[in-house]
Amino acid sequence: MVDTAIGETAAARPRKAAGRSSLRKALKRKSTTAFLMTLPLILLIALLVVYPAFYSVHLATLNKSMQRFVGFGNFEFLFKRDTFWLVVKQSCIFAITAVVFKALIGFIVAHFVHNIPAKGQRKWRGMLLVPWVIPPAMSTLAWLWLFDPSYSAFNYTLGFFGIGPIPWTGDAAWARFSVILVNVWYGAPFFMIMYLAALKSVPEQLYEAAAIDGANWWQRIWYVTLPMMRNIIAITTLFSLIVTFANFDIVRILTAGGPLDKTHIFATWAFRVGIEGSDIPLGASVSLFMVPILAVAAIFILRDVNKRGNES
Amino acid sequence: MSRRKLDRRQFVAATAAASAVMITAPYVRGAYAAGKLSIGFWDHWVPGANDASTELCKEWAAKEKVDLEIDYITSQGNKNLVTIAAEAQAKSGHDIFQMPTWWCHSNSDLMEPVNDIMEPIIQENGAVNDTVKYLGMLDGKWMGVPACVGSQIKGPCSRIDLMKKHAGIDVQEMYPAGGPPKAENWTTDTFLKAAEACHKAGVPFGIGLGETSDNVDTAGAFFKAFGAELVNAKGDLTVKTDAVRQVLEFYKKLIAFLPPDVGAWDDASNNKWLIAGKGALIMNPPSAWAVAKRDAPQVAEQCWTHGFPAGPKGRFAPFLPYFWSIWSFSKNKPAAKSLLVHLSKPSSIEKMVDASGGYDLPAFEKLTKLKIWVEQGPPKGTIFHYPDPYQQQVLSIAASPAPPKVAQQIYFQATQTKMCLRYAQGESLEKTLTWAEGECEGFLRS
Repeated sequence: MVDTAIGETAAARPRKAAGRSSLRKALKRKSTTAFLMTLPLILLIALLVVYPAFYSVHLATLNKSMQRFVGFGNFEFLFKRDTFWLVVKQSCIFAITAVVFKALIGFIVAHFVHNIPAKGQRKWRGMLLVPWVIPPAMSTLAWLWLFDPSYSAFNYTLGFFGIGPIPWTGDAAWARFSVILVNVWYGAPFFMIMYLAALKSVPEQLYEAAAIDGANWWQRIWYVTLPMMRNIIAITTLFSLIVTFANFDIVRILTAGGPLDKTHIFATWAFRVGIEGSDIPLGASVSLFMVPILAVAAIFILRDVNKRGNES
Repeated sequence: MSRRKLDRRQFVAATAAASAVMITAPYVRGAYAAGKLSIGFWDHWVPGANDASTELCKEWAAKEKVDLEIDYITSQGNKNLVTIAAEAQAKSGHDIFQMPTWWCHSNSDLMEPVNDIMEPIIQENGAVNDTVKYLGMLDGKWMGVPACVGSQIKGPCSRIDLMKKHAGIDVQEMYPAGGPPKAENWTTDTFLKAAEACHKAGVPFGIGLGETSDNVDTAGAFFKAFGAELVNAKGDLTVKTDAVRQVLEFYKKLIAFLPPDVGAWDDASNNKWLIAGKGALIMNPPSAWAVAKRDAPQVAEQCWTHGFPAGPKGRFAPFLPYFWSIWSFSKNKPAAKSLLVHLSKPSSIEKMVDASGGYDLPAFEKLTKLKIWVEQGPPKGTIFHYPDPYQQQVLSIAASPAPPKVAQQIYFQATQTKMCLRYAQGESLEKTLTWAEGECEGFLRS
């Protein structure tokens, strides 16, 4: 977009005082107009995101009674706690496993949907998006009833085949499986829709050229589809990784971190420590622990995306 | 435009009239002369129970000419805890807030002392138990007035028929309606034998070992019964003691007789267990019975709420009081105190207890024998012993007597139930104790 003044040109205008003229010029620029129009949103984000973020950094530097500055004292304390490292390990298992499966399922389903004739595709797209559009707090409640320790509908059904009962939320391994499963169920449609959009933008000629060269389906995916979708895969994965690391509702509703803390992730443990345990500075420190790690990951991934954008 | 001339007499008369209005204005009682008052009450789960509180508050507000605003804040999803944290951070919000168990201590710097009203309230209603003092008092200062609304004892609720049939225990005879308990033999040993018998009969006791309040409260009372403390009142670690070892051995035996999924139970699981007719006993206030009365009347007719079994160190029952506290940033402290006095009158307390169907428990000694507990049924007298009318139990809270800010961590991290579960799942006793000691050491941070 060319960033020019709107309306009369500068040359046609009579000369005025330099200050007033430059202000008028600035106000007439498209970029200034755009900035002014987005200003309410910028202010809203500053108020609701930036301020709380800095406030939580401030809180993380205070002692338990929030009366004394302790610098990195809370982090030093956390690093000595076994439970904290258990939470770090579990958050990584939860986020990485869930994102991998969401991406994989999203990729496969996107291909299926892409191959459905255009006429019926919209219907399928809508139906497949349902898990993603239901507020997770509500859908997880339904999952909780399905996994209920004593009255699980899954166990009831499995019982007809002589299987179970499976301790869906009572055993550490099964509980981890359950929370990851629900997260994948909830998040896979997001990947599906993003990948579907990316698939639709791959020029058909590339596939035709590959077919002429004798490429099989795998080679078409490996040499055509994946390179063309690289940017969208990177951005979607990064975005989902951040959101999954910050997940709260699914784990809180399904297991509340149990049994024996084996499903706690950063947000649920931060809530337990900060709100339920009334140690807000420590809770803030737990929730901020991943920020630098995710920020570095984001910088590398976005830099790579940018580089590829410039190359093309 | 014509200008009317003001003569000297008119000027003096006008000035005198204006001065009189200004001087007398504060003494004229308009509709809301005593200012505004906002309250954050706990949102009661019993339908209609909030109405009694609202009526009492409105009645007081009309008399005192106060503009009243009441919010009922649910504890579902810990919304009340989040609101407390937000108001404490902002130092702004309601004038009065209904604080659950530990929250007076965790916000002790922001609590207005209420000793001036507590003394007459205690004189009128009788003494409060030590747990109320432990949770509501700091350095001789009362940080809130014990609220009957929401306060509860989480004692056993047994199935009369199943306990009689499988364990040979007549709970109605042991805790007769209208009379003192005859529960000398109701000990942890008897409890264990009954648990085994009911387990064998396919109706096991429904005692959870998850990380939520019901589970922690039960474990806490059993720890107390064995004299087991993880951190003592001085703040010293006391994990590796014989008493703690004994209670873990007790729990290991008990867990073998409980449903296999108790590690995943939350506060609803035990209720569902009883209402579905699957078990012979749960540890809960009469809410499970009240729901059964509506959804499974044949189960409700067989329910009997009674006292806890006694252990080597006594008979302890989990008691969870709420407090009506005034924030130090309240702008109308005199009105807030006046309202709390009104809500603490015996007649007000009885009205609120009646509205809750007997669920709410006053913390005061003279108010444990109200009519509602005698009359409730079926079966008649089912919750007569719920308020411990003969004071045969020590009302306690899990993790006490550790300093409250430490105990709160032990409580919410469910250290006691985790210890029981770890040991029962095969971890060595010493390893479990070492783990718990490490956890408690972390909770001591200031």
